[in-house]
Amino acid sequence: MSRIAGRFEQLAEEGRKALIPYIVVGDPRLEVTVPLMHALVANGADILELGVPFSDPMSEGPVIQLAHERALANGASLRDALAAVREFREKDDTTPVLLMGYANPVEHMGHAVFADAAAEAGLDALLTVDIPPEEVSGINTELQRVGLDNIFLVAPTTPDARIERIASEASGFIYYVSLKGVTGAGHLDADDVANHVARIRKHSSLPVAVGFGIKDASSAASVAGVADGVVVGSALIRAMADTLESGADIQSAQDAAVGLLAEIREGVDSVTS
Amino acid sequence: MTSDVKKPNFGAVPDAQGRFGVYGGKYVAETLMSALDELETLYNRLKEDESFQRELDEDLARYVGRPSPLYEARRWSKQVGGARILLKREDLNHTGAHKVNNTVGQALLAKHMGKKRVIAETGAGQHGVATATIAARLGLECQVFMGEEDVRRQALNVYRMKLLGAEVIPVKSGSRTLKDAMNEAMRDWVTYVDETFYIIGTVAGPHPYPMLVRDFQCVIGREARAQCLDYTGKLPDALVACVGGGSNAIGLFHPFLEDESVAMYGVEAGGHGVSTNQHAAPLTAGTPGVLHGNRTYLMQDADGQIMHTHSVSAGLDYPGVGPEHSWLKDTGRVNYVVANDDEALRAFHTLTRVEGIMPALESSHALAYAEKLAATMSPEQSIVVNLSGRGDKDIHTVAQIDGIEF
Repeated sequence: MSRIAGRFEQLAEEGRKALIPYIVVGDPRLEVTVPLMHALVANGADILELGVPFSDPMSEGPVIQLAHERALANGASLRDALAAVREFREKDDTTPVLLMGYANPVEHMGHAVFADAAAEAGLDALLTVDIPPEEVSGINTELQRVGLDNIFLVAPTTPDARIERIASEASGFIYYVSLKGVTGAGHLDADDVANHVARIRKHSSLPVAVGFGIKDASSAASVAGVADGVVVGSALIRAMADTLESGADIQSAQDAAVGLLAEIREGVDSVTS
Repeated sequence: MTSDVKKPNFGAVPDAQGRFGVYGGKYVAETLMSALDELETLYNRLKEDESFQRELDEDLARYVGRPSPLYEARRWSKQVGGARILLKREDLNHTGAHKVNNTVGQALLAKHMGKKRVIAETGAGQHGVATATIAARLGLECQVFMGEEDVRRQALNVYRMKLLGAEVIPVKSGSRTLKDAMNEAMRDWVTYVDETFYIIGTVAGPHPYPMLVRDFQCVIGREARAQCLDYTGKLPDALVACVGGGSNAIGLFHPFLEDESVAMYGVEAGGHGVSTNQHAAPLTAGTPGVLHGNRTYLMQDADGQIMHTHSVSAGLDYPGVGPEHSWLKDTGRVNYVVANDDEALRAFHTLTRVEGIMPALESSHALAYAEKLAATMSPEQSIVVNLSGRGDKDIHTVAQIDGIEF
């Protein structure tokens, strides 16, 4: 069983929901990434989602765009993301880690080379925003060869027939994008999310995590009530960026993100069944 | 393996998956997939629909002013001393460039889909102006995304768009040029996908855009082919067009692809020279990758990050290229070459002084290469150059380079 499947199974037994923080590798500094990963786990993260810096992050809102720009300015790349996973695994062999990014860095490295390096580093899954099922066969073959999960997005605009197709290619969990838009945008409509999650469950027995638009304990609680996991990204990244902007040091920035995650954890656990 | 290479079937691309060989495809976030499927279904129906084609032809004739003339640049040809140079005058279209052929077509699609709002990305501003123009005519809300750097160097077109009632949104992310404008247009589309039609300005983006933009631009080549046969009594020996995203080039080339005697040259922006990294020539100096919804040649670094580009012409300042060009390069049917900034600027001045035609800096790249090519050919031969746009928008840039302040 994959680490991700195991983690969701364990959470289900405990009647809890997964909290999945997203950070960008190399933001705000490359040397902070691994300590931040451990701190997030210590403060309530069940699964870690690492953004792979890309020059053209087309699905990101302004907060995460800037995180990608800072990370690139720090020289971070897909190789650094894999190195961060490898280093993280030296102290934590149980928390699942997935990479979220865009097609080109993985395409440029090569599917097979990436899959081998990812497996060797101890990565659990890949989510490529701009690789829908129509384009996935090349990379999926390689991910399956090394036992990595492939996480797919389902959107509010995805019709049932496509959900079925996505479910047939997906493993680990399904990531439901809570709104039409970019990361960090808009306001969440909990009833709408509930309807779509129910629609996904008709076609797949995989756990469903929900992301985009979750910023605090209360929005996390409303999502945790209907889904198996909650993804939070922009809010954490903004907390770090705002802290640094105010003149505080890097430790304070990390504390701000971790503190926010701990609050969100309480929100998620408030709906524990 | 045999040495026999199967002749490519130029009429059979893209396939049902939107692929031109290994290029093209639909590399976009899930939120957009249904909108692309809907557009593809509608387009496949309408392109066979006689009343839609009639409506399009009417617009092209009465609003755009087609057919555009094929003009023999006699004085310039004589000066070069080689082949006859024929200019396909897309600069004479309404709004001053080939871009409007496509926006007229896509606006009709938007109308059929009942969309009230159109968005576009623009580099030089020609596609933005063409989109704003059609939006004004059809009473559609229009927002145009434009890199902050391009807003600065194409101030005239920015004002034109505003006059036409469009909102120009400066894009401050990344390199602040065309690629970033396209990122931002995609982000807008994903947010307002239900009410918005995204009018992509070139033969790039996810399927079906490279196909439908090509189809709308093919009017250039169909006319040029008939005009050349009529005027010279034979097909041209060569075609030359500039390639940024590549829509004017594919429009000229495509109707000639089966004519084996016709050589084709796509001219990329060499900027300060392809050895400097300060250029926009992915077919000449790039490698295949995935950007903006399709697999194609890109300018990218060792980590697969998209590189900043440079060209004196904003419309060619793009790190990718339409997927059909990538395929045509690999098949060997089209030769892709470069013209540098200084060569394009020289051609701009030459055509202006010798023929009284002021070309866009984009088109000046094609003219610069055509001049070199013509000199190697004989007066019995002819070259058709796509004069894809007029140069009024570039007067500021040229003046600045010449050290003139207004």
